[in-house]
Amino acid sequence: MATFFGEVVVAPSRAGVDDEEWAEEAREETPEDREIRRELEKKREIDVLWTLKSGASLESSAGQPFVCSKFIVAIGHNAAAFLSSFILDSVCWEVVGVVKLWNEWCRTSNTTNVLPTDSFCLFYRLISDPTVLLCQCSCYVAEDQQFQWLEKVFGCMQKEGLQVTILSTCPVADYKTQESTLTLPAPFLKALKTKEFKEQICCPLLEQPNIVRDLPAAVLSYCQVWQIPAVLYQCYTDGIKLDTVTVEAFRPLLSCKILNSLVKDVSESTKILKKLLTTNEIHNNIYI
Amino acid sequence: MFVPCDHGGGSASCDFKGFTLLMPAVSVGNVGQLAVDLVISTLNMTKVGYFYTDCLVPMVGNNPYATAEENSTELSINAEVYSLPSKKLVVLQIRSPFIKNKYRPFCQTLLSWVKSSKCARVVLLSSSHAYQRDDEQLFGTPLRYLLTPDLEKAVGGLMQELNWKEMEKVAAYPGINDTEKVLHIPGGGITKLLFTESCSKGIQMAVLLKFCSEGDNIPDAFALVNYLNEWLQLIKSESNNSTDTSSQWKIPSSWRLLFGNGLPPALF
Repeated sequence: MATFFGEVVVAPSRAGVDDEEWAEEAREETPEDREIRRELEKKREIDVLWTLKSGASLESSAGQPFVCSKFIVAIGHNAAAFLSSFILDSVCWEVVGVVKLWNEWCRTSNTTNVLPTDSFCLFYRLISDPTVLLCQCSCYVAEDQQFQWLEKVFGCMQKEGLQVTILSTCPVADYKTQESTLTLPAPFLKALKTKEFKEQICCPLLEQPNIVRDLPAAVLSYCQVWQIPAVLYQCYTDGIKLDTVTVEAFRPLLSCKILNSLVKDVSESTKILKKLLTTNEIHNNIYI
Repeated sequence: MFVPCDHGGGSASCDFKGFTLLMPAVSVGNVGQLAVDLVISTLNMTKVGYFYTDCLVPMVGNNPYATAEENSTELSINAEVYSLPSKKLVVLQIRSPFIKNKYRPFCQTLLSWVKSSKCARVVLLSSSHAYQRDDEQLFGTPLRYLLTPDLEKAVGGLMQELNWKEMEKVAAYPGINDTEKVLHIPGGGITKLLFTESCSKGIQMAVLLKFCSEGDNIPDAFALVNYLNEWLQLIKSESNNSTDTSSQWKIPSSWRLLFGNGLPPALF
């Protein structure tokens, strides 16, 4: 397809199902195909491992779901870094779980000792109030794994009294508006909320025809369907890697009710953020 | 799995006994989905539930049919169910593509829901690649229909009365053996699978489709929804002797910016 400016753009097919895929489906499946498919499915299965050091099990003995009042999910490196620099610390929070997954882009193990540059998905719990749960998910969760992620993570939680907050980022080029995206003051925040969420939102809501995809969308859909109050803060940014400007864009959220009580000493935050960035820079340097 | 919006509340809003289920096949140019958007938006249908499934790519956004500030902030997800009891119509809108290898499970779940919800019949809006038509299909109207044997019995000669054209079967081995014919709907997504499954399960299903190409598919959507209206009479045409209802369909607010954002002013 040639656009107005003459460049050739390959548009993804909107035919629903690839003809190639169809031909593959139509072909009779041999036992070997089935075996391969089963193996692959097994490999792509995700595991949520709850690892609690301090005696009391998170899931009480009979596999009962645990009580959770606040669940904060940060998806992507920038959102995870925001939590690391403004909320999390090793004194008030303890690691309680990890997601082990494998896909074409990323693989995580069941270790909870991760470097900030790794891709990981970890759960933390506030020591002073164990009903507050936090998740940093900087790894890629593939389309076919998102549903599993939801079922396995939310499957262990009691839904009554639960409130979910999701933080995520996406490229400003995906933002649809009457003006050109070049004139937009990126990074900026937009929010989406489920029907049950009644609290104040500290940024404008995302306008139609904009949509959100992937894991943030999966989590919010889950909450909408099962009537859990939830809000998603999506940061539109023009950076593709971890950067201070994008992380700082989440700062208005510190004043909102759900995060307000969790904020740690902000004077330290900038230092931690700088440290996070330098670790990343070293890893991104091809000359080492 | 169907999940009603209002959990504990009256089951009256979710009783679809004897209803017609209208739904799109995710197919070339998204024509079925666009046509379904027109139906929901024009008839001002109420959302009654979600089709919660692991087979579709997740997506969320605000109300695609917003008419005012007040109703613009209702969250919408990838598969939602709308109903209009006065016309005995229930609509399933699908807003995202299928996850690889999940078509079959989706069709199975869908058809078992059709059975358990006691919907009388299913109307599937679809499309097929225009460039893959054979000689016979190039003639006349680009609109086609298909009926399962059970629906054929129920509606009888209505389609002949409407002067509709049935989707032609094409030679399985063109040039070698022209007697063996098969149903072939390239670009039709789950259309063929759903149709053949419905035939064997005794479900009353009609497929309405249009041959088209990808591009600006809004005119295709209008053509398909008018075709549907000839049969189901969802809206009445204003002038008595015309069947053209194009101007009466209401385009939803979410169709804005289909062709991208504004241009950077620095260009000029």
